[in-house]
Amino acid sequence: MSREKGYTKKNFLKGLIAENPLFVSILGTCPALATTKSIEAALGMGLLFTVVLICSNILVSLLRKLISEEIRTPAYIVIIATFVTMVKMMTNAFLPELYSTLGVFISLIVVNCIVLGRAEAYASKNNVFDSLIDALGMGIGYTVALLIMAFFREVLGSGMITFGTIFTFIPKFSIPILKCVKDGVVIYDYSIQMFQNPAGAFIVFGLILAVIAFVKNRKAELKAYQEKQEKLKKAEAARLAAAAKANETSGGDK
Amino acid sequence: MSIFISFILAILSSMLIDNVVLSRFYGICPFLGVSKKVKSSLGMGIAVVFVIVIATVICWPLYTYVLVPAGIAFMDTVAYILVIASLVQLVGLFIKKKSPALYESLGIYLPLITTNCAVLGVAQSNTDQGLTFLNALANGVGTSIGFLLIIVTFSCVRTRLESANTPKAFKGLPIALITAAIMAIAFMGLQGLFSGIKL
Repeated sequence: MSREKGYTKKNFLKGLIAENPLFVSILGTCPALATTKSIEAALGMGLLFTVVLICSNILVSLLRKLISEEIRTPAYIVIIATFVTMVKMMTNAFLPELYSTLGVFISLIVVNCIVLGRAEAYASKNNVFDSLIDALGMGIGYTVALLIMAFFREVLGSGMITFGTIFTFIPKFSIPILKCVKDGVVIYDYSIQMFQNPAGAFIVFGLILAVIAFVKNRKAELKAYQEKQEKLKKAEAARLAAAAKANETSGGDK
Repeated sequence: MSIFISFILAILSSMLIDNVVLSRFYGICPFLGVSKKVKSSLGMGIAVVFVIVIATVICWPLYTYVLVPAGIAFMDTVAYILVIASLVQLVGLFIKKKSPALYESLGIYLPLITTNCAVLGVAQSNTDQGLTFLNALANGVGTSIGFLLIIVTFSCVRTRLESANTPKAFKGLPIALITAAIMAIAFMGLQGLFSGIKL
């Protein structure tokens, strides 16, 4: 099998930026809005999602020659649902706080379009190693996207970043940003509660998409402008050359 | 208070107060994807009502009378998704046979419902919370009608937004999401609607 150099790196990086599942393909929006109240919850969701995606991509890729075309989708759904159930039970056993925070959204990884989409579009056509890298890239891309949303929502909504409430194995501490509490006394509080509510989730997601569209538009406009300049330059050069030629011929006539 | 009135109140509360899209975040993908035209959003909404109500009627007894006695309650997610996937196929075949005209308008939305998290979300949360059958049914009916209500309203707003003069970066999804946020704020105002009524 011939493959271009650096394919693995490109395959991994595409999930992070160029084909980011949340911000570019707009897939898996339900958990992105529901579980991004705090950075810890978003990190937990992203990790569980990545584990399920890696496992399902590997298994689908291993079975890609066994599963026939007709029963493809039901087979993939059963594979994904099995891994989700395993992840759910593990979370319940080892991280009960995470389990109760995410609630039904752990089960809903089954119907997350990204997992089924990667199985269908990538793992069913590529070998195990490539599928693993693809899942890793997509999973980390999704986790980073969740973390970006959660960062804005937690900082604006609660005014501080708190660690240790869900991952109880690290000591509890919080970084004051917009709100400062010392010994139970509120010193200053500039937080906007609404960002913890559903409305805040929609606003943050909308604004992030707008910023991405803005950057993309600007890049496209810059490129169009440069192309136009190049064309003008070429036209100018051609005109000059033609004029010089005309001059020469007319000079020869004299 | 009679059972009937509490049933109606449960439907209304899961339809308006705990609206499926705007406060529980189920079914955002079709909410954003299929809401560009009023007609298609109506088709999607009605198909979702169909599937959610039937899925609730099947999944709750399946969990209570089959999975729990058999001692495999942890298999609930796998069982539900299989029920939903096959149900979507069956409903499609049934509508195709009985009413080809309805199938024409709903047909393309049916496969999309399998991956609509509202369906699995309702089935899963019904049994996770340990609701009675009547309450589970009320949750299913209320949730699905709430979804229909929201997706149709939102599509009406989006048709108007198409012709509005929005900044270039906000065109399309970003402004739609901001609109959804304003709708969510409006729905937050409905909280405490039934707090005066004793159940």
